[in-house]
Amino acid sequence: MTATLHRRAVVKALMKDPTDDLLVIAGLGQCTWDITEAGDRPQNLPLWGGMGGAVMIGLGLALAQPQKRVLVITGDGDMLMGLGSLATVAAQRPVNLAVVVLDNEKFGETGNQATHTAPVSAGPSERGAGTDLTAVAHGCGIADSATVTQDSEIAALARDARTKAGPIFRNVKVMIETLPNTVMPPKDGAYLKDRFRQAVLGAA
Amino acid sequence: MTTATADWREQIFDTLKAHDIRQVYYVPDAGHATLIEACQNANSMRAIVLTTEEEAMAGTLGAWLGGEKSVTLMQSSGVGNCINMLGLAKTLRYPMLMLITMRGDFGEMNPWQNSMGQATPKVLEATGCIVFSVERPEDVQPTVNAAANMAFEGNQAVAVLLRQKLIGAKSFGKKMR
Repeated sequence: MTATLHRRAVVKALMKDPTDDLLVIAGLGQCTWDITEAGDRPQNLPLWGGMGGAVMIGLGLALAQPQKRVLVITGDGDMLMGLGSLATVAAQRPVNLAVVVLDNEKFGETGNQATHTAPVSAGPSERGAGTDLTAVAHGCGIADSATVTQDSEIAALARDARTKAGPIFRNVKVMIETLPNTVMPPKDGAYLKDRFRQAVLGAA
Repeated sequence: MTTATADWREQIFDTLKAHDIRQVYYVPDAGHATLIEACQNANSMRAIVLTTEEEAMAGTLGAWLGGEKSVTLMQSSGVGNCINMLGLAKTLRYPMLMLITMRGDFGEMNPWQNSMGQATPKVLEATGCIVFSVERPEDVQPTVNAAANMAFEGNQAVAVLLRQKLIGAKSFGKKMR
């Protein structure tokens, strides 16, 4: 099945009218550009490295800030590198954590090589394993895990990601797109960390 | 409460509590078993079991972003799993306190532990961590306390290596000569 969803439209819906208690972690690569395109804000942590760690950053944050909503937006490549973190999340059951994977079945930053989520049946350079991240999350113990493929599901996706009792996991099948990065997020990790903490915790 | 007669494992727990550590990330090690159990039973702490050690560096960042202090408990072999993630502390300048029980160290009986055990301090130093090493029970509490101060006051990765001279080498049922 060919994906029809545009990642930027999905992220814009997920981050529409953000309140200060929405804390967003974006996995490195496209997701970092996506959340910045939707509107850079101190409560965003756009990652430029640390591949495989997005979900765990979200978990540590969700446990530290139980009154705020933590939304992790990451790609299939980052998620595959940190699959175990889904089991670690399930063991802690944070009610304020939502993980949304934008799954384009490609390593987008390195030449669009197929990831394991690509179908088994595709050609030699397109072949994956048909890995179903929703099934993985469910199998790890995140009971509320689902796949999103249709435009008509986006409103419910955004509502669940922002408000539904977690932990929730959503795998969103998105198109392969090469998109212009019209707005780049700050690159200095210490600055990103400090502005985030100041926004969440007040002046140090 | 730390007393002169308390076991060094209890002293570590008391020190972590005194520093208001809220999140305890761990992949178990026999040398940390007593401490892990104490953390699991502490109301002020959440013990977080991991599938692999590098999850701790990311979890620690998340905790700090949300204003909580954390610690990572792992074995020296786990340090090898963490290398890329250890670098995050230098890039984002956040506190990362690690208590590492050593294998492949003094008197190790399992040769498969030796290469990573011997590389452990070098790997930590190469990624920007300050490394302390403890061999005597009386040095454990002051060292963990000093490491916690340097980590949390300095936004710095600090590791304490609990050497095999302190924790003892695993005998694998063999009579030690």
